[in-house]
Amino acid sequence: MIRWLIGAISLCAVTSSALAAEPLTISIGYLGQAGIKATLSLVELPSENDGIAGARLAIEDNNTTGKFLKQQFGLEEIRVKEGDDVAGAARDLAGRNTFIIADLPPDALLQAADAVRDRGGILFNVGAADDRLREADCRANVIHIAPTRSMLADALAQYLVWKQWKRWLLVVGSHDDDRLEADAYRRAAARFGAKIVQERVFEDTGGARRTDSGVTLIQRQIPVFTQQAPAYDVMIAADESEVFASYLPYRTWDPRPVAGSAGLVPTSWHAAQDQWGAVQIQNRFTKLNARRMTARDMQAWLATRMIGEAASRTNSGDGKAILAFLKSPDFSIAGFKGQRLTIRDWNLQLRQPILLVDGRMVISVSPQDGFLHQVSELDTLGIDRPESKCRLQ
Amino acid sequence: MMNRSKMLCRVWLCGAATWLATAVPASAFLAYVSNEKSNTVSVIDTDSWTVTATIKVGQRPRGIELTRDGKSVLVAVGDDDTIQIIDVASQKVVDSLPSGPDPELFTQDAAGKVLYVANENDNTVTVIDLEKRVRMGDVQVGVEPEGMAISPDGKILINTSETTNMAHFIDTATRQIVANVLVDARPRFAEFKRDGSELWVSSEIGGTVSVIDPAKRVVTDKIEFNIPGLRREAIQPVGIGMTRDAKIAFIALGPANRIAVVDAATHKVIKYLLVGQRVWHMAFTPDEKYLLVTNGVSNDVSVIDVAAQKVIKTIQVGELPWGIAMARP
Repeated sequence: MIRWLIGAISLCAVTSSALAAEPLTISIGYLGQAGIKATLSLVELPSENDGIAGARLAIEDNNTTGKFLKQQFGLEEIRVKEGDDVAGAARDLAGRNTFIIADLPPDALLQAADAVRDRGGILFNVGAADDRLREADCRANVIHIAPTRSMLADALAQYLVWKQWKRWLLVVGSHDDDRLEADAYRRAAARFGAKIVQERVFEDTGGARRTDSGVTLIQRQIPVFTQQAPAYDVMIAADESEVFASYLPYRTWDPRPVAGSAGLVPTSWHAAQDQWGAVQIQNRFTKLNARRMTARDMQAWLATRMIGEAASRTNSGDGKAILAFLKSPDFSIAGFKGQRLTIRDWNLQLRQPILLVDGRMVISVSPQDGFLHQVSELDTLGIDRPESKCRLQ
Repeated sequence: MMNRSKMLCRVWLCGAATWLATAVPASAFLAYVSNEKSNTVSVIDTDSWTVTATIKVGQRPRGIELTRDGKSVLVAVGDDDTIQIIDVASQKVVDSLPSGPDPELFTQDAAGKVLYVANENDNTVTVIDLEKRVRMGDVQVGVEPEGMAISPDGKILINTSETTNMAHFIDTATRQIVANVLVDARPRFAEFKRDGSELWVSSEIGGTVSVIDPAKRVVTDKIEFNIPGLRREAIQPVGIGMTRDAKIAFIALGPANRIAVVDAATHKVIKYLLVGQRVWHMAFTPDEKYLLVTNGVSNDVSVIDVAAQKVIKTIQVGELPWGIAMARP
């Protein structure tokens, strides 16, 4: 049974002069999940429009450009619930939109990609960080805007190694996604010369994330959980499931910084990012959406802008032409990160600098100086071409 | 803004050649450098190559230019949403102009009566009456307007928009957009050849300078930069300066820490000059003997001997030097 929440943004025509040629209309679908992922911190609880709010801003930006080129962009949103027929929803959306921005878990993303493939549908993954989607499970019709777990872990590792904080105590949650994140940190440690001195598992025993007297209990639990550790410089938390990581800072037995899922966090975007002209997009976003811009918002903004950029360069709304342009060496996009963003042609992953943030400030941006690469220093983040298992087809 | 050897030419255009003939001795000029982070303007004496004054201005000073009459320096202070007027004689801020929100770069008409300001935050170019110091109107342009230039005949205003990636051609009489030319990503700066035959637009993220035919309004050539040992992402062209005879152009390459010296006729790069870190904008001394460039990250200004095409000096200024304008003392 499919229950869809459909929200369509209709855009008024920019020009309606009888003499003017009909504008080229480019429709973009947004396929997301209903419901909000719980977080430990109340201030990090995502808004209901997390992600699509960025796409909406990019539609406005594309239309400002489009009015000079007689191009007009539209956005149609479908949300699926757990257990819904994702493939059916994707096919329905693809009937009206060649391009679909997908904010889905990995298996749902693959179902959607395979469902629209024959009709030339192209997906932009803005939600799933799973490396396998760019590796063994890569698809020729999926462009990945979200950075992978390995890109995020490498970005943090480069900074910690530069800081000479090379002895890591790794604390891993008990869910599958936490384990995948821990794999990325193990790989990063081996790659950049850090040492994981010990690993601990934080079991999710259930229970509420929010209680009226939670702090008292946590303050007793965390020091006990983190005591008797071998000498270490930094505690790395792998807790995508939001069970414990945000409880760690300032409560560890030894006075050590925390990084990973809490403390110093690697991310594609943050509301505190103000370098490289970013204040302009932060202001535009806040004006439109009455809240601050998240990583998911930025990923959806970038996906939508990439479609707009390709449409303006190719003067076309055709899926094949746009995909060919995005994959070509001519493509690059400006994303307020201080350098051009391009696509890895072997797995269609967007190359991007990664911000390291503490929740209030951008502490650093990776790749760090001195981590060199023969093609692009951005390829020091994540799985590189020679290691890739992806065979696009 | 800044690199306005242009200024001299414009002064020339308005018939002040006699003033030039009776001018003060060579190289006794003052360079005004906006320091984005310090909220100051450093004044450099080009005789002694020292900072002779530091002027406190508003928040986040960036675009900076001398008025046509040579009496004032205008500096856009983006975080205060205004353009301040520095009196050259007293070296003090004396007034401000009603620009739109977050002004960054601006340009004046040949008579020095109208100022056109790029307002990054609301996709407009604001038109200001410089004498009355009032806002005359706005022109809607693309997303994140930045670079500004006026054609030598004064008829066309160019604005570049950083996210739309276009050079907008605006008719200065009607204030309507008459053409849009797509260029590479994040166009930052626009500069006409003195004879109006070419318009150059730098694309910071695209890593190129587009050469546009202003009559046909199409890109006719693209200048690319290949520096051995430097990754492509680090090459980010921003400021452009051309000699009056249109023979040589200098292009600031941002975090590549180099100035490209380009044959302005053939569009071929002749050489790269190593300067400070994140080189941004530039200005010639009026005699064109020297070119001064701002190095944002190393907090200094490099002095280039134009004839020798060599860096001869580095002068420490405030934090994050951004723009530069040249005045006579």
